Amino acid sequence: MKYELTGRAWVFGDSIDTDAMYPGFAMKLPIPEAARHVFYDLRPDWTDEVRPGDIVVAGRNFGIGSSRPVAALMRHLGVTALVAEEFNSLFLRNAINNGLPALTVPGVRDLVREGDEITIQLAEGWLAADDRRIEAAPLPRMVLDILDAGGLLPRLVADGYLPRRDAA
Amino acid sequence: MRMTMIEKILARASGQERVSAGDTVVCRVDMNVLIDLMFTNWPDPVKIADPARTAIIMDHAVPAPTLTDANGGMAAREFAQSFGIEKFFDVGRHGICHQVIAENALALPGQVLTCTDSHTCAGGAYNTAARGLGPAEVIAILCTGETWYTVGPTIRYELAGELPAGVGGKDVFLYLANAWGDATNHNLEFGGPGLASVPMNDRRTIATQGAEISADFTTFGFDDQCAEFLAAHDAGDYQAADPDPGAVYSDVRTIDLSALEPYVARPGKVSGNALPVSQVEHRSVQQCFIGSCANGQLEDLRIAAEILDGRSVAAGVRLIVTPASQAVYLDAVRLGYVEKLAEAGAVVTNSTCGACFGYHMGLLGDGEVCLTASTRNFRGRMGSPSAEIYMASTATVAAAAITGRITDPREALT
Repeated sequence: MKYELTGRAWVFGDSIDTDAMYPGFAMKLPIPEAARHVFYDLRPDWTDEVRPGDIVVAGRNFGIGSSRPVAALMRHLGVTALVAEEFNSLFLRNAINNGLPALTVPGVRDLVREGDEITIQLAEGWLAADDRRIEAAPLPRMVLDILDAGGLLPRLVADGYLPRRDAA
Repeated sequence: MRMTMIEKILARASGQERVSAGDTVVCRVDMNVLIDLMFTNWPDPVKIADPARTAIIMDHAVPAPTLTDANGGMAAREFAQSFGIEKFFDVGRHGICHQVIAENALALPGQVLTCTDSHTCAGGAYNTAARGLGPAEVIAILCTGETWYTVGPTIRYELAGELPAGVGGKDVFLYLANAWGDATNHNLEFGGPGLASVPMNDRRTIATQGAEISADFTTFGFDDQCAEFLAAHDAGDYQAADPDPGAVYSDVRTIDLSALEPYVARPGKVSGNALPVSQVEHRSVQQCFIGSCANGQLEDLRIAAEILDGRSVAAGVRLIVTPASQAVYLDAVRLGYVEKLAEAGAVVTNSTCGACFGYHMGLLGDGEVCLTASTRNFRGRMGSPSAEIYMASTATVAAAAITGRITDPREALT
């Protein structure tokens, strides 16, 4: 995959929990329908406004809560990456393992405003907005390999553990 | 060597002499637990690493409230049969996975346990490196038998004193969540001279709730009580992991158990958001819930039955009690707890994750106030986003069910 990604930023606060992005009632729905309810209460109608290629930026402790795969909904909406001051580790793993890049960038909320066009570089570890740039820890090779495969399930298909029909 | 408890377990599981905070290690997984929800979108593996290191537990959506869940159950049964998964806990032998893991000694000291539920850290009560992972990762572990962890810094909680009557594991957790806030990307380690006064059920409540302050692993020291618990549940061989003297902690925090009182978390989050029951607003409540992996244990039902014995749930209040497993349910029937609860006006449901995650069996309506002994008080967690979820111990919830408002349980116990 491309390690340098540019997109429009949506900016959220601290401790955005999984239930705010993937509420319990949406767990009864297929992914395309469930995806319509991301931020259903926090930012109603956001799913009508988000466009393919957009990047979600959040504050500290992003994604505290459940193991439900929010990343699958984000990917369905076309979100291209997640950026946060700090991630909950279960949420971060879930994003990577579903093929959604997630980069920890301390200080990002001081730099980025809603609607800004931002660029992130996963393998070098930086974020840029306008002519300003902040450094971040690059994603380790092992994590980049998972993203290159499109997530864990496509890799398991390639390795012969899962039947090929699931590759789509 | 000088490793913390979790570093020692992960070193052993990854075949390393030593690991420390910041290291990334690939670990062999001793037990991988699949849950019912995974089977509603099942990728049909053609080969798996080891049926003996795999368990399937039906818990979140049982008995099936939707057609999707019913079909998922069929997929689980077919998979268990075709791959010879003997540790399959189907509806009727089921329970919330962390309770079933405990009852069947699937989480063993010094070992690594994985499961796709965020409260898998519950297994840390038994000195196990247990944590929740996403469904894709658990499928990968099912196939390959291993996964990777980046080892976070460890925070040590040194327990001193003894737990007073009417104060439980939930109160210990709410106290520390309020006092120190989130522990994102950190591991929690519990030990010290006060540990002996904390029974296994309370240890599991605390370990379960480590996820609520965003911790990675939560592990408890191994002691005689833990050994007795495991022996009573026919545990296999294990090798406990004690931290080394001089292990490196990012912080050491002492908790004087004897100074604690019942705590109540206010709606939204637990971190920095709990107060002693004497200081919190004594809101009227419409629903009281006792259940979940944290507080649906037999001891919780005993406490609830004792408080409600001969009393009635207040008019305008629904008390829902969900045993954490079929085994807990059966024991509670035999011991007379279910009768006392039902006589008082409680609804005792079948075992499921149900109301805790707002999926079925007791959702909250618009603007309602709930006091829950379950795991999470996020906005919208249990139903309407305008409902307010307060969180407290089973004793505090049972007391509120009687008075109709948030109440100090020590008044009800006297």
